[in-house]
Amino acid sequence: MNGWQTLLYKESLRFWKVAFQTIAGPVLTAMLYLLIFGHALEDHVKVYDTVSYTAFLVPGLAMMSLLQNAFANSSSSLIMSKVMGNLVFLLLTPLSYVHWFVAYVGASVLRGVVVGVGVFVVSAFFTTFSFAAPLWIIVFALMGAALMGTLGLIAGLWAEKFDQLAAFQNFVVMPMTFLSGVFYSIHSLPPFWQGVSHFNPFFYMIDGFRFGFFGVSDVSPWLSFSVVGATLLVVSGVALHLLRTGYKIRS
Amino acid sequence: MAAISFQSVSKAYPSPKSSKAGASNGTFLALDSVSLEIEEGEFFGLLGPNGAGKTTMISVLAGLTRATSGSVRVLGHDVQTDFAQARRSLGVVPQELVFDPFFNVRELLRIQSGYFGIRNNGAWIDELLENLGLTDKANANMRQLSGGMKRRVLVAQALVHKPPVIVLDEPTAGVDVELRQTLWQFIAKLNREGHTVLLTTHYLEEAEALCGRIAMLKTGRIVALDKTSDLLKAASSNVLRFKVDAELPKALADKARITGRIVQFPANDALEVEHYLAAVREAGLVAQDVEIRKADLEDVFLDVMAQNKGSTHGVGGAA
Repeated sequence: MNGWQTLLYKESLRFWKVAFQTIAGPVLTAMLYLLIFGHALEDHVKVYDTVSYTAFLVPGLAMMSLLQNAFANSSSSLIMSKVMGNLVFLLLTPLSYVHWFVAYVGASVLRGVVVGVGVFVVSAFFTTFSFAAPLWIIVFALMGAALMGTLGLIAGLWAEKFDQLAAFQNFVVMPMTFLSGVFYSIHSLPPFWQGVSHFNPFFYMIDGFRFGFFGVSDVSPWLSFSVVGATLLVVSGVALHLLRTGYKIRS
Repeated sequence: MAAISFQSVSKAYPSPKSSKAGASNGTFLALDSVSLEIEEGEFFGLLGPNGAGKTTMISVLAGLTRATSGSVRVLGHDVQTDFAQARRSLGVVPQELVFDPFFNVRELLRIQSGYFGIRNNGAWIDELLENLGLTDKANANMRQLSGGMKRRVLVAQALVHKPPVIVLDEPTAGVDVELRQTLWQFIAKLNREGHTVLLTTHYLEEAEALCGRIAMLKTGRIVALDKTSDLLKAASSNVLRFKVDAELPKALADKARITGRIVQFPANDALEVEHYLAAVREAGLVAQDVEIRKADLEDVFLDVMAQNKGSTHGVGGAA
């Protein structure tokens, strides 16, 4: 293994060693959402004519778990290394800022995808689902995880304390995921909130991802692809810039 | 080619609000135009009081901090423009006792090797573990290790890529006698094999015993730089040392170095010795365990620091 592969391996090993907390925990949380919301709303909500509410819920929940865990991986790893001081071992190596980026985001994508797959595997016991356009599923899973891993990288660099990171998670990531249409189609919202939802990049990640399963969505998957892709590019540009200038890690 | 080269390196930090020290524009200089060349194969000591700028120098050298002006090279590689080569040439043992709680000792050393692109480093890792007395801790998690053991792991981590230049930032702070001896034997061996060693320490006995050359740093400037033997020769005075049970009169105390009951005066000849002993007697005190010894590095150090008291600019905070 060369340098960046080692860092990718180490970052993956880090979450894998505490898989009970980093993988099993999030899968259990998603299952609770599925059981409770599925049970409570199954007979009351009909989003698409051909799809049961529980089946509608699964891709959204899987994507939400994938996004949250991709974010959690890079951000918590960085903040811990900063607070504990062991980031110095990485700072002393010849790895370039691109290497850092690829390794941290790569490990985040891996954790996000593992959790997302975990959610599907477990929900297969409760419902059945179709795979209308598998390629879109893979594309949106990878892009979404990369986007959130990159956002986590930025948040991890920026935050100096754990509570700052928690604030970022509670006041930015959580509202945007919950308001993205995980539990509903935005067509069921009043026109004003429908309009607002169109400015939320999370909406496009979930909507595009769901298209891969049902072949129907609120907006065209190509529009979702463009929005998510453009957001990913911008966020990556910011992250690379921060790493290159050593923002908060090299004075 | 110099192993380490500092050329007019300055590092300015924004002044903390509480500090009055510093340049007028709200910054203070942790390093003030430092120039220094360390040749390949040297065992070099960097001494200075807390806040003198020793750790800042090492941080700039290691690329953890960027110099405000000037350039730093490791074996000819600029630490900014050619950072990959510079960092490959450098092994740094950080001062803080930091560790990664997710891994055991062997995993950490394997991972650290991997960052430098080194595969199959098992033989060298075993040798490091052996030489640092860590063999039976190889599979222990970092959290389970005592402070001294963690310190050994830091040293091993710094050496996994066999760096030609080794930097030790106060490696023996809070470390027991046994580890100090093991550590110095090992580092001395590496030095004999051709590794350049740069050491900062507050244990001046260690510096005197190990370092061929020494630089003394104060408020970001080099105030003394010479071979250890020449520094000692230049001091050349002897020291009168005795114990007293009561406090010395102020006039005498000002000239003395006092450590608990032990009182020491620089004394070049018999006349000065007699003068001090007479003064003690006149004060109604009894000098016990009187001896005269040669000046050591600690005397030289205190002397140099005292001579440079007039320094007016800010004191670095990065000890």
